[in-house]
Amino acid sequence: MREWRTFAKWLVVLGVLHGMVVCAGFFAPYDPVEQDRQSPYLPPMRLHLLDAHGHLHVRPFVYSLRLREGSFDQYEEETTEPHPVKFFLNGAGYRLLGFLPLRMHFFGGESTRIYLLGTDAYGRDQLSRLLFGGQVSLFAGLLGAGVTLFIGLSIGAVAGYYGGWRDSLLMRVAELFLALPWLYLLFALRAFLPLAVSPLEAFFLITAVFGAVGWARPARLVRGVVLSAKERDFVRAARGFGASTGYLLRRHILPETSSVLLTQAAILIPQYVLAEMTLSFLGLGVPEPVPSWGNLLSGLQQYSVLVSYWWMYLPAVIMVPFFLGYLGLASSLPEPEEASKIQRSSLGSLT
Amino acid sequence: MKKARAHTHCCCTLSSLFLCLALLSHQAAASPQQKNTKEELLLLPGEAGRSGGRLVVSLRGEPKTLNPLIAADARSREVIGVMQADLVHINRATQLTEAALAKSWKISPDGLAYTLILRQGLRFSDGQPLDADDVLFTFRVYLDESVHASQRDLLIVGGKPIAVRKVDAHTVVFQLAKTYGVGERLFDGLAILPRHLLEKPYQEGKLGQIGSLATAADQWAGLGPFRLKEYVAGQRLVLERNPYYWKSDAQGRRLPYLDELVFLFVPNADAQVLKFQSGETDMISQVGAENFSVLSKQQRGYTMVDAGPGLEYNFLFFNLNDAGDKISSETQRKQKWFREVKFRQAVSAAVDREAIVRLVYQGRGAALWGLVAPGNRRWGNEKLAHPARSLERARALLQDAGFSWSHGPNGEAILLDSDGKPVEFSIVTSSSNADRAKMAALLQDDLKQLGMRAQVVPLESRSLLDRVTQTKDYDACLMAMASGDADPNTDINVWLSSGGTHLWNPSQAHPATPWEAEIDRLIEEQMSARTFEGRKRLYDRAQEVLAENQPMIFLASPNILAGAKNSIGNFHAAVLEPYVLWNVEQLYLKNGTENATR
Repeated sequence: MREWRTFAKWLVVLGVLHGMVVCAGFFAPYDPVEQDRQSPYLPPMRLHLLDAHGHLHVRPFVYSLRLREGSFDQYEEETTEPHPVKFFLNGAGYRLLGFLPLRMHFFGGESTRIYLLGTDAYGRDQLSRLLFGGQVSLFAGLLGAGVTLFIGLSIGAVAGYYGGWRDSLLMRVAELFLALPWLYLLFALRAFLPLAVSPLEAFFLITAVFGAVGWARPARLVRGVVLSAKERDFVRAARGFGASTGYLLRRHILPETSSVLLTQAAILIPQYVLAEMTLSFLGLGVPEPVPSWGNLLSGLQQYSVLVSYWWMYLPAVIMVPFFLGYLGLASSLPEPEEASKIQRSSLGSLT
Repeated sequence: MKKARAHTHCCCTLSSLFLCLALLSHQAAASPQQKNTKEELLLLPGEAGRSGGRLVVSLRGEPKTLNPLIAADARSREVIGVMQADLVHINRATQLTEAALAKSWKISPDGLAYTLILRQGLRFSDGQPLDADDVLFTFRVYLDESVHASQRDLLIVGGKPIAVRKVDAHTVVFQLAKTYGVGERLFDGLAILPRHLLEKPYQEGKLGQIGSLATAADQWAGLGPFRLKEYVAGQRLVLERNPYYWKSDAQGRRLPYLDELVFLFVPNADAQVLKFQSGETDMISQVGAENFSVLSKQQRGYTMVDAGPGLEYNFLFFNLNDAGDKISSETQRKQKWFREVKFRQAVSAAVDREAIVRLVYQGRGAALWGLVAPGNRRWGNEKLAHPARSLERARALLQDAGFSWSHGPNGEAILLDSDGKPVEFSIVTSSSNADRAKMAALLQDDLKQLGMRAQVVPLESRSLLDRVTQTKDYDACLMAMASGDADPNTDINVWLSSGGTHLWNPSQAHPATPWEAEIDRLIEEQMSARTFEGRKRLYDRAQEVLAENQPMIFLASPNILAGAKNSIGNFHAAVLEPYVLWNVEQLYLKNGTENATR
């Protein structure tokens, strides 16, 4: 019972985090690709309650920043006029959940633009890019994990259920895939693909690559479970009553694999989010100007950015709660005996 | 011609002055070989320094060769630049020619014969004397087709190779087939080769194979301020002072001041910055604007210098090749837009050059509307229009050319061509250059305002060049080039339709368009025009034709940014290559200061 409660807790945490990313258009104050060329590398604005004259304001406000004389990235606060933060105001158009055209944003400023997490080299709002970038990175992780698990489940079930030469062949191939250094394989695969791809194509290519590369481990785990499940008494009884292969797999054998699959999913998703970030960081993922967590971080490849603009690290910080959520979820899953063993060994591969 | 003649005259008087001073100072200059032949040293004015010490600079990777005949990469050229010398040299600070190995020169009244008088008593860095035979040998090698020297193209004037004739041991005559506006600038950068070392390999046909970095120090010689000492593969190249160098300072002391010059191989720009910051190198050049501001913020014992606009020009161009079936049908369809001059003018009008200068170069650069960068003080066309960014004008031009707009699913404008197809294309650019990647992102957003969808494709620089000049499989390309010298002649292959770097449509047999034919004519005429004013008039017109037709959409030109430790004397960054080593023979380490160890 307690186990289930921690599970639910993590599920809520993840639900809230994902909800914010899914509704990025609402929570993000601006269009993520809109460039404000007057404010490159603007540091995060501070939220104030007390103004320069010591007056207390009920509504939080910001001071606008202006470039210091003769500088191109040094800003100072203009304390003459406070700009209150407005909630539920209209701004840039977006489509909620991909279809609902809306203009309403959670917060924003009327008389000035509010950059709570600063801006990047082109004056694009970091907060908006983070939220929209999460859509790409998290969805790539979810979809990639889904594809992987589907392939792994199919191959594992075939190998485990039929056995014989099919089993040997599939498992040898799986071992081959496990032995491959997957990051370099991803590079090689991506290099073979056309260079001029649209962001959407790039996204699906990435998830397909994940699926193609990552199926071996879940397939082996599923095979093990299927192998033991098909020898269980109730399965043999059902077979004795004349149940077909499809029925047996669907009704009796595959449900046994659910806990393995869930654990695997909770581990694979953050792993794939990280893989997407690696590819985008190196410029092989989703192309500019579409944000993803990886290409948000790619600015850090430059020494000058590394030492001058600390808020460019924020995308790396933001993903911590997401990954914690997934790992918490994985560890609070109801643990059958084999699953706990499996989980520990696959955790090792995350690093 | 008036100018050229006046200049020559001035050089003659100057050099006679030098001669007297050199004679006076001869006793003071401790030459290792006290022979009877008097040495005619070139006396350099300027701050006198202190002898001794070692200077360490970083190099963007290992040079491929020390052999001037086959050097094609910038790193090799930089190293060769301090090991070799030319007959007439362009002063990187004044951008004017001055006497070098030749103490004076005369141009015949018809402008076809150049008579150069060599300094007497000069020696190569291995102690062997230099005379007219070395010069004859050098030009024979450069002009020999079987050697494939990159210098050969420069020495073909009016379709014929320059003829070189020896008058006496120190006088050489160069005979041209046609008048040549470039004049004595022609000789800059043409290293005079040691005949005693190279004649044998030349006769054996092995010239292309010698001069690797691993060459033994006593098997290699030049006339530059430094000579080979040691090469450590993958780490550094150490050069030592050439004791026979032919320049002296105002006090008559033989240059260079430094005992050693070390090139560290540091392949990455950021790593170069870190090495300079930590004091491992003494000077840094070609610093990006962002790194420059990082270095400027925490100046500890060094000074950063903004030498002003250089000669690099960044530009966008569209694929205008007429390669028939070689190009995919998709690209051919897009070429219909690219060939429309109003389309190109619209793109140019939509580009926010001011934002590029501000966001990419942090203000350390200049917006650009023509091929002649602002660092080139004499040749820019001042009358060239600098239209401000105007999306309205861009839209009007597109409308004129038959384009129209529709609305996308999110309410954004989409530009349609006359067939109703959306205007989408890709822009290839180098993946290794952060500045250009930024420029591409800004450009992409500018074009989005017009409803064009541009995709940026970063490519490794070699495959980028291959695509542009060989396979011709691209839509548009963002690139940068830098003129080697302030004279228009260095960009001739960009201008001429037959040129290999006429990037939008290289190496044409016949000019594809009337305006390209006009540019060809103007550029060829200015080549043989003999006065500066005459050349300038023709060159100005060529710049106008280029600006009207916009085959290259010029964006911006970065400033030359450099830095040196405060302990380095005579440090003056120039806007011409080599930016900080151009006066390496005069650089010295000030008293009581520590220089970089290794």
